[in-house]
Amino acid sequence: MPPTIKFEALAEDALLLRFGERIDIELNAQVQATTARLRQRLPQLECVPAYASVLLRFDLQHWPGDNPHQQIQAAAGAALDETSSTIAAVQDLVIPVCYGGEYGPDLAEVAALCRLDTDTVIARHTAADYRVAMLGFAPGFPYLLGLDPQLAVPRRTDPRQRVPAGSVAIGGSQTGIYPEVLPGGWQLIGRTPLRLFDITANTPSLFAPGDRVRFQAIDEGQFHDLAAANPA
Amino acid sequence: MNVTVIKPGLLSSLQDAGRPGHAALGVGRTGAMDPSAWQLANALVGNAGGEAAIECTLTGPSLRFEQAAVIALTGAPITARVGEHSMPMWTTCHLPAGSVLHLGGMASGCRSYLAVRGGFHVEALLGSRSSDLHARIGYAHGRALCSGDVLPIGATAPLPGSPAGNDVQPLGWSLDPQPWFDFAQRPLALLRGSHWAQLDTASQQLLFGGNFSLSKDSNRTASRLDGHTLKLRAPLELISEAALPGTVQLPPSGQPIALLAEAPVTGGYPRIGQIAAVDLPGLAQRRPGNTVCFRETTLDEALMRLAARRQRLTRLLGTIAQRLEHR
Repeated sequence: MPPTIKFEALAEDALLLRFGERIDIELNAQVQATTARLRQRLPQLECVPAYASVLLRFDLQHWPGDNPHQQIQAAAGAALDETSSTIAAVQDLVIPVCYGGEYGPDLAEVAALCRLDTDTVIARHTAADYRVAMLGFAPGFPYLLGLDPQLAVPRRTDPRQRVPAGSVAIGGSQTGIYPEVLPGGWQLIGRTPLRLFDITANTPSLFAPGDRVRFQAIDEGQFHDLAAANPA
Repeated sequence: MNVTVIKPGLLSSLQDAGRPGHAALGVGRTGAMDPSAWQLANALVGNAGGEAAIECTLTGPSLRFEQAAVIALTGAPITARVGEHSMPMWTTCHLPAGSVLHLGGMASGCRSYLAVRGGFHVEALLGSRSSDLHARIGYAHGRALCSGDVLPIGATAPLPGSPAGNDVQPLGWSLDPQPWFDFAQRPLALLRGSHWAQLDTASQQLLFGGNFSLSKDSNRTASRLDGHTLKLRAPLELISEAALPGTVQLPPSGQPIALLAEAPVTGGYPRIGQIAAVDLPGLAQRRPGNTVCFRETTLDEALMRLAARRQRLTRLLGTIAQRLEHR
C-alpha cells in the first residue's frame, strides 16, 4: 500500500482511508480507483468515496474477533497491494443545460465577477471535462472537479431558500447540479431538464463517483422538449 | 387492514433499520433513533423481519385501528390509553376492531416506538420504509405523519392464543425497560475524534468534563449542544468527507453538534469526538434542556460494550419469540 495512504479509526464500525487533504483531480482519481478495487475484493465493506478519502463502513458481525479494525486494515491493505488493475465502471455523461435567463439567474453576475461576457462563461463551462468527485449534500448531488479556474466565483452572500431542481451552479472552484428543490448558496448559471435522482428507479442516481461529465448548451425549446421526455 | 392517523403528535414518522449501503449516492441511512427499542417493539408483536414502526417524538399520535390489532409500545415512557384503559408499555397488547389509541406526553425521554403485528406496509424504497425527513425520502415523500394519513398494515397470521373478544388485553408479562432506556441519563462514552488534539487545552477538558445542555434546535439529523463554546488552537480548513451518526463536530460557532440517525452523508467540520454506538440511543432520548455530558472511552471498551449489548438483545429477542409461541 502506498505510504501516503493512512487509516483513521472513526467509529466502532467505520475507518477512513485518507489520501490527502486537498481537492485535487489526481488525488480523487486514486480515491475512485481504490474504491473500485475494494468493492471488488471486499464486497462486504461499504465504501464511500469523497474528495481525498474513502470511508469504509462494516457490519461488525462479519468481522468477529477482538480487533475488527486491524483485520480490515490488513485485508484492505492486501487488496490495495495486489498488482493487477481493477477497471472501474465509469460512465461518460453529456448533460444538456439551458444557460442564463430564468434558468441561470446568476449567469450575468458570474460573468461580471469573472470579467468575461456571458457567452464566454458558457463556452468555458461547456469546454471542460469534469469528474464526479463525490455525491453528497442531497441524494444524487454531484460535486464536479475540472471547472475552468477562470470561472471560480465565491458563493452567494444571500443563499436561496429554494434552488430549482436541475440547477447547474458554481461554488468556489467547484460546479454541481441540484437534484431537487433545495436551499443553496451556489451561483446558478443554468438548468438541465434531466432528472438526476429517482429513488424508485433501478439506478436511482444519474451520477456515480468517478463518472466523466461534459455540459452541452441547449436553448429553451430543447429544454422543454427534453423536460417533457423526462417527467419528474 | 389500515390504521388512520387522527392526530399526528409532535413529530411522528415510520422508521425501521434504515437504508445502509447507499451513502456513495448521497442517500443516508436514517432509521430508528433508538434501534433496540424499535427492535423490541417488533419482537413483542411477533414481527420477524425489521418491520417499520411509528417513532413518536415528545408527544405521540392518536390512531384508529379499523380491525383488531396486536401492538407494543417501547422507548421513552409515554402515556397511552384506549377508551378508559391505560395501555402498558414493553408488553404485547390486543386491540379490538375500531379501537382509538391515544398516545400522549412522555414522562421523560424523547422517543417512543409503536409497533403493530404485520408492520406498517408503506412502499419500501431502497429496501427500507424509513422516512428521511431531511432528504424527503419515504412515506408521503418523507414528511412527518399528518391527520388523515391511512397506513396499511401487512397481512400476518394471528398471534397464537390471541383473544377473540372485544376487550383491550395486555399480556400477563412485560419486559424490564431498565437495560433499554437510560432513566438516569448517564454520561455518554466518547472516543477522541480525528481533530480532538486541535482543541485548545481548556476545550479538551470541557468536552470530557463539562455539562452541556441539549438545544431546542435539535432534530433527527443532529443534537446541538449548548452551555460551553469550544475553541480550536487554530482555525482548521477541511475538505468534505464522509460523515457518520455519533460524530461530534465543531462548527466555527464553537457550539458542538452531535450527528444522529439522519446525519448527512458528507460533512466538512472538525470531528472532535465520536459517541460510542452503545450510548447513542441515550443521546437520542434526551430532550431539549436535558444535560449531556461525556466521559472518555477507548475503542476497545466501546467495542466490548457494544458486543455485550448485542448479545443481551439477541438473547431477549429469542426469549420473547419463545414466550409468544407458547402462550
